[in-house]
Order: sequence, then structure tokens, then C-alpha cells
Amino acid sequence: MKLIIAIIKPFKLEEVKTALSEIGVEGMTVTEVKGFGRQKGHTEIYRGSEYTVDFLPKVKIEVVVPTEITAKVIDAITKSAKTGKIGDGKIFVLSVEEAVRIRTEERGAAAI
Amino acid sequence: MNFVHGIDFANCPLHIMNHLFLKSSRALALGLALCVSSLGLFAQTEAPPASAAAAAPAAAPAAAAAAPTTDQRIAALEAYVNNGDPGKSLTGVAGPGHNAWMMTSAALVLFMTLPGLALFYGGLVRRKNVLSVLAQCLGIAGLVTILWWAFGYSLVFGKNFNSGLFGGSEYFFLKGVDSAPNTDYAYWVSQNVFSMYQMMFAIITPALIVGAIAERMKFTAIMAFVTIWMFVVYFPLAHMVWGVNGLMNGVWNANATIKAIDFAGGTVVHMSSGWSALILCLLVGPRLGFGKEKMAPHSMVLCMVGTGMLWVGWYGFNAGSAVAADGIAANAFTTTTIATAVAAFVWGLIELIFRKHASILGFCSGAVAGLVVITPACGFVNTNGAVIIGILAAVVPYIFVTKVKAMFGYDDALDTFGVHAVGGTLGALVTGILAVTSVNGNLNTNLKDVVGHTLWLEQLKAIGLTLVLAVVATVIIAYIVKAVVGLRPTAEVERQGLDINEHGEEGYVD
Repeated sequence: MKLIIAIIKPFKLEEVKTALSEIGVEGMTVTEVKGFGRQKGHTEIYRGSEYTVDFLPKVKIEVVVPTEITAKVIDAITKSAKTGKIGDGKIFVLSVEEAVRIRTEERGAAAI
Repeated sequence: MNFVHGIDFANCPLHIMNHLFLKSSRALALGLALCVSSLGLFAQTEAPPASAAAAAPAAAPAAAAAAPTTDQRIAALEAYVNNGDPGKSLTGVAGPGHNAWMMTSAALVLFMTLPGLALFYGGLVRRKNVLSVLAQCLGIAGLVTILWWAFGYSLVFGKNFNSGLFGGSEYFFLKGVDSAPNTDYAYWVSQNVFSMYQMMFAIITPALIVGAIAERMKFTAIMAFVTIWMFVVYFPLAHMVWGVNGLMNGVWNANATIKAIDFAGGTVVHMSSGWSALILCLLVGPRLGFGKEKMAPHSMVLCMVGTGMLWVGWYGFNAGSAVAADGIAANAFTTTTIATAVAAFVWGLIELIFRKHASILGFCSGAVAGLVVITPACGFVNTNGAVIIGILAAVVPYIFVTKVKAMFGYDDALDTFGVHAVGGTLGALVTGILAVTSVNGNLNTNLKDVVGHTLWLEQLKAIGLTLVLAVVATVIIAYIVKAVVGLRPTAEVERQGLDINEHGEEGYVD
């Protein structure tokens, strides 16, 4: 099993969710985050005070999937989240040791 | 035999009976007089009972004089419409239209503080301090009301001290202040309404100060500071400018030392609060992290909502200062609208040209600045003057809040100095230049030779006196409060936020 973390631009969330659903990935966890990479922030000016805001709003999606479909998931996310401009985001893949479905107490592949 | 109180009247010689009767009635009268005069402090009276009892069987009621003639009655009604002296008829009674307008105006000015200013300032501070601003506005409203009732109204609008500096004691605890007009100030507005209206000014003036020291002054210190400040700065200043024998009341006091004019409070409200705010913010010191950390407004939405409320409420502040629903009020209403709208637009325009964006804060600041600068002028200038004032109100405060503040580096958190002190001073000066008798005929009463000639100089004197009073008093009061209560919260309290530490509440619970 793999944990796939994707940091994407917030307005792309619906598209990514649809793309994942089309390849059979129905569940996910979504968090609102702030971050930056190469994308520059912006300046806010309030009367005489100027503030540079480096952190930009992003959305983090976390899905745990069977190892066999990892490449399909990365592909789906990449195609749906890409705009071609700086700040599109990143995808990370981690190994998962154990998964449990709380309601039925199933473990392993049956849990995801 | 008739026994009354154990005295055998039937067998008493007449002269002894008379003696007893007179003695007991005099004793009764004396006792009554003593009782009533000791209650006099708290009496809300229509007629003075003490004098009625002590005078005992005085002359027949003097009011049984001749009833007013039809001509006199018509004249009184015309006087109601013209806001003039009613003469022989309709005395001691308020005129419905004028009274209604003044009651509305009082409500409008309160609306400026609660919630206008509360939201305007509240939106500009950080999330963790939003309630502190609201608490300060509410606390000041309650505190000043009590002070006004007990001493303030009398010290400003009384006259038995015969002083140009302080009014008198005759209205302490609002004694004798009822629905009959006080003709020193208005022929057709109930004195209690007038008192409440003026109280709203007394409330908002110290509330403006809190903008400069936002986010870093203890609640108790602010309450203590305001208490003393009202007595040392506001009450004497308001008496000087608006009291019937005030030494700066150029319009109504023929013996005024300084023949200055101030329609709705450029000096009394904005200069006093603004300059005091500057001194206080210098003495309290800057917020922790000022200049390094981001201290952006947590809600420009609230700030704008507050601004709209300030603008609408200000109609009560400015047009209500005519203390009548008359042509002068109508003029003030008009000039207020024009100056404010022009200033808001021009400030936005300046930002658009020099900064690429016209910001919400820019429009709001422009509107408030316009309102401040037109305040002393609104009942004295015409619409052309209002346009000029609107433009100046955007340009000059803009320079102060952006360039001057950055140059000197003081932490006037919400720009109370930049907008109110600068705007009030500018307004007072410009009023001296743009005031015309065609707009307000009352200027001819005592200032015929001054308006259009040396009025600007009188305004300068008024500005000087106000400035010195505000600055010197604030320094002294601040040090007293610092010694007794302390001015700042601890660094940890300031970092965590005033809401949770000083008020035990959070503004937004998520």
C-alpha cells in the first residue's frame, strides 16, 4: 500500500477528485494548507504599512492506494492538477505499514 | 370639647392657639424644606418644591399673568418654525420637529460609537484583539454616561461658576434638567434631549483615542485614563467652545477671549482625541513586533461596515449640531455628504495613481477623513467649500498616515493621530477661511467683523490652546495612570492577545 500526498492549487480540487474517482479511488483526506516553492508571494499595503505575504494557500490531498495502481494515480493527479504555470504543486509517495477499517476491523488491502 | 393632638383647643386662649399653630406650621414648613432640599441632589423636578415649601404662603401664583394674545401665539408658532425665541407663548415646551430631530441625532451619534467605531477599529486589529476594541468602546460608553450625568453636563453647559473654562454646578446629577428647553442653547429642544445628545459626543471622543494605543494597553488603564481625561480635557474644552460663556465660543459669547468657531467639534472632539492619542501612543510605546511582524487588519469587511455606520451616524453629529431641524442643519447635512464622498473618492484615486490599487482601507480612510475635516465647518461653509474640504481631507491625512508616520516610526496603530488630529486641525483652520455669513446668519451676531477677515487667526489661537491642553494633560495623566495601574499588559498577555487574557473571551470560536 502507498500513501500518496499531493499538494495542489485550491481551485483544482474538484478536477482532481473527479479524475481519481474515474480510476476507482473513491476516498481521500483533504486539508487546507499554506506553502511556497518557486511561486512568489504578493505584497499587501494597508495605509502606511507594507507586508510581503510569502505563503500561498494550497490544498493537500492524501490517498492510500494499492501499490499496483500507484502510477495510474500519479498520472491522474498530474493531468488534472496541471496548469503549466509555476505553483502547480508536488506529489510524494510513501510506503504504508498497516491499514485498518475501523467499522469492520478489516486489515491490509481489504481496509483500503 | 375637641381634642386635637392632645391639645384642648376649645379651652385654649386664642393667642396661645395662634402661637401653637404658627409654631407647628413653621416647624412643618422647615422640616419639609430640609427634607426636600436634601433630596434636591437627586430630584428630577418639574418645579422646584424646596422654594415652594420654604416660601410658604407666598404671593398668589405669578403665572396668573395675562394670557398671551392671539398675535403672540401666532408669533410663537412662527418662532417654532424659524427656530427663534417664542416670546410670551409656548415657553418651557419643546417643539416636536426640532425635538424629534435631536432625539434621532442623539441615537445616530451613539450609533457612531456602538457599533460604528467599534467595527471600524475592530476590523483593523488582529483577530486575537478584536474584542478588546469592542470592550473599550462599551466600557467608555458606560463610564462616560455616568460621569456626564453626575458632573459632565453641568461642567460643560452650566454657567454658575461664571468662568470661561468651567460651566457650573447647577446641573450636577442632571438636577432640573427636564423636557423644558434650556434657552441658553435652544428654544425648541428639550434640555434632557440636548444633554443626551451632547453626551454622545462626550462618549465618542475618548473612544477615538483607543485607536492609537490599540492592542497594547490594559483595559483598566484605559478606563482610568479616560476618567481623568474627561475632567481635565474634554469638559473644560467643550465648555470653552460650546458653553454659553465659554472663552472660545465666538458665535454666541460676545465676551469670548478667542472668537473662534467650531460647528460640530473639530477642536473639541477630533483635535483633543487625536493629539492626546499621539502623546499616549508615544508614551505607551509600540506593539511588540511592530515593524517586523505582520499586523494586517483581520477583517476589512468589518472595517468597511463600521465606516458606513460612521458616515450615516455622522449626520446626527454634524447636522444635529444645529440643535434644530432648520436651514443650518440642512446645510450641514449637505456639506457633510459632499465633503465625505469627495474625500473617499480622492483618497482612492491617489492610491490608484501612486500604488496601482485603490484599496478598501483607502476608501474608508478617505471617507472618515472627509467626515473629520468637514466637522467644524459643516454649518458655516457652502457646498463649494465642502468640495475643497473633501479634496484637502484626502490629501493631507494621506500624507500623514503614509509618509510622516513611516518617517518618524511611531506606532499609531489605527491612525487616530493621522486622521483625527491632522483632520481636526486642518478643519479648524480651513473653517476660518471658508466660513461665510450667507450660510449661517448667526455669524453676524458677534463675528460680523471677524468672518472673512481675522477669523483664521482666531482659529489658530483656538487650535493652539486645544493642542497645548490635550498634549500637556495627556502627559500628566498618562504618568499618573502608569504609576497607579500601569499602562501595558505583560509581554505574554500582549503576545497571546488581549481578548482571552483581559476579557476571558474569544472573538471567533472555530
